[in-house]
Amino acid sequence: MKVAVLRFPGTNCEFDTQYAFEKLGHETELIWHEETTLPDGVDLVVVPGGFSYGDYLRSGSIARFAPVMKAVKAYADNGGKVLGICNGFQILTEAGMLPGALKRNNNLHFISKHQTLSVVSNDNAFLNKCEKGEVLNIPIAHADGNYYIDEESLAQMETNGQILLRYSDTEGNRVVVNGSVTSIAGVCNASKNVFGLMPHPERAMEAILGSEDGIRMLQGFEA
Amino acid sequence: MKVIVNVFLKEGVLDPQGKAAHHALHSLGFEGLNDVRIGKQIVLDIDASDKAEAEAKVKEMAETLLANTVIEDYAIEIA
Repeated sequence: MKVAVLRFPGTNCEFDTQYAFEKLGHETELIWHEETTLPDGVDLVVVPGGFSYGDYLRSGSIARFAPVMKAVKAYADNGGKVLGICNGFQILTEAGMLPGALKRNNNLHFISKHQTLSVVSNDNAFLNKCEKGEVLNIPIAHADGNYYIDEESLAQMETNGQILLRYSDTEGNRVVVNGSVTSIAGVCNASKNVFGLMPHPERAMEAILGSEDGIRMLQGFEA
Repeated sequence: MKVIVNVFLKEGVLDPQGKAAHHALHSLGFEGLNDVRIGKQIVLDIDASDKAEAEAKVKEMAETLLANTVIEDYAIEIA
């Protein structure tokens, strides 16, 4: 698999993301935000975490206008798979490629810790190696992860299987971590080819570092 | 021409910063405080021949970048 990893000024998870996919045996390439095209034969575009453009105005609000994002939008409109992690998720919501928006955490803190998540839907190109209801241990590190979506859209997303992950305890019961509507941690678009989540699967690739649950998540894209 | 854009979270969208400030003011003994909303004020200096042109330009800027209309409302004031 060939994975394109985007890089904006202020991105800081691009090397972890490369490490994660290379550990799984895939080819990766960093793509600078000023590029107007993606390399040929890309199987997955990852918008990694960080603080693109210093999170000025709103997280992701400036990065969405970077030249490379036009190419990413065209790639996704053509059915290409896109994964946004943390700041990448914020960028994809700002770009209108994913529904909803990410607000300041309800306790106003930057939350950085390992967090358990429940898999809500696995009928998609991302979480197909995970079981529905399975609890995963994945690090989170964000100040603006409080997912908002209006009730009507939420109901539609539930029906379409667009809710991917929810913050939970180790038993799978929802917990409030950052104030997200119904504890949502990750979602996808209606066509199920654009995915976004606040937790960092690329930081959960080694048991010695606390968790390797990220492996099965990222392996989903191999199918 | 000076144009001010005020951006606030929509009614019904919980404002965590406003809530924290509300709580702090209450703890400090300020009474009769019903609600606190925290927003952003963006001050622009633009070239425009009249107010209508300025308003149209700034509306487009607000819709495109300055506000995220999924969660925010904005109001334009022309000085």
